[in-house]
Amino acid sequence: MRFRDAEHLARLAGLFLAGAALFVVLRAALVPDDFGVYGHYRAGALADNAARPIAYAGQPACVECHSDTGDLKRVGAHAPVSCEACHGPLARHAAGEVTKPPRPGPTVCLVCHAKATGRPAWMKQIVSAEHAGEGGCTTCHQPHTPRIQ
Amino acid sequence: MDETRRAFLLKAGGTLFVLSGAAAAAWEALAAGRQGTAPDDVRGKHWWAMAIDIDRCIGCGNCVPACKIENDVVDEPFYFRTWVERYQVDPDDLAHPIVDSPNGGHGGFSDLAARDGAKVFFVPKLCNHCADSPCVQVCPVGATFHSPDGVVLVDKEYCIGCRYCVHACPYGCRYIDPRTHTVDKCTLCYHRITKGLQPACCETCPTGARRVGDLRNPDDPIHEFLRSQPVQVLKPQMATGPKVYYANLDGAVR
Repeated sequence: MRFRDAEHLARLAGLFLAGAALFVVLRAALVPDDFGVYGHYRAGALADNAARPIAYAGQPACVECHSDTGDLKRVGAHAPVSCEACHGPLARHAAGEVTKPPRPGPTVCLVCHAKATGRPAWMKQIVSAEHAGEGGCTTCHQPHTPRIQ
Repeated sequence: MDETRRAFLLKAGGTLFVLSGAAAAAWEALAAGRQGTAPDDVRGKHWWAMAIDIDRCIGCGNCVPACKIENDVVDEPFYFRTWVERYQVDPDDLAHPIVDSPNGGHGGFSDLAARDGAKVFFVPKLCNHCADSPCVQVCPVGATFHSPDGVVLVDKEYCIGCRYCVHACPYGCRYIDPRTHTVDKCTLCYHRITKGLQPACCETCPTGARRVGDLRNPDDPIHEFLRSQPVQVLKPQMATGPKVYYANLDGAVR
């Protein structure tokens, strides 16, 4: 039988169809079905990002149990400072997993109150060596209501 | 021919039947695709933004370690989702401020001999969650995207670590996580704001200098902040539509 020229086209068409089929199969196998629901991304990534566990419980969770300290703090200069700004991340404590979290160290006050260039004038600043000598901050100041009574 | 026409047709028919069943099953599996889950439609409910008051920032650097702890950021210099810069602006040379940020402000700032008459202040920085972000435009695989509630997020499963977005960000807010070799950046603590909490940096800011607000919620205090303060965004000439609003920002800040 004589080879006919039209067979070239038939083979090309066959190859093209096979390629197209392969593309459809691979695309369906590789692209998750939530890709493109909200935009050009995997919609499940929103839930992935939101699923991270929290480390900081947040002020409302603290004062839910420690309302006495919350009331004490509310009337003083430290009212806008949230508990975890000094006490550190306590979400696991708030969830009841850690019962005795560490107390803030003696230098925690200096994080905000040490004299530093650029710190605005309204912020109360001290040079620790000149301010109090040997005694720690809590010798005179009660950290939750820091004004000396 | 030793096979009768009837026998041949029966065999061919049977084979076709089995094959079409397999094809149907294969097609069903294809049409179902790889299983994934889309959370409930959150479009239009929130539009998150951050408000930062430069005059309230005391440069304590509390936000930097808080962010690292909350988001498991590598605890070495140069990997930051948020950091604090100290600007020294000489009134005679406004175009060349001196900027320092020792370890991103982690551990605070020391006392230094500022130049005479220089204005010194702190600028907390983070991802600006731009509405028209260059980083999202350049991502070749759809791994970084605008969430429907206005946050620029990264899909760590999809990121191929090509670093296009790291170059594209005009604010230097992205880095490659050395453990996963995928990109990482501020998510505005997406896992916290979706639960009604403030981000870790705002939670631990002792002066309330930074706060996340919902622009779609008319009762959110961020509207009063934007109305009553002189507000600026970083690099407005880049037309990226940043959603981190700075009150009392000096023009020297880059």
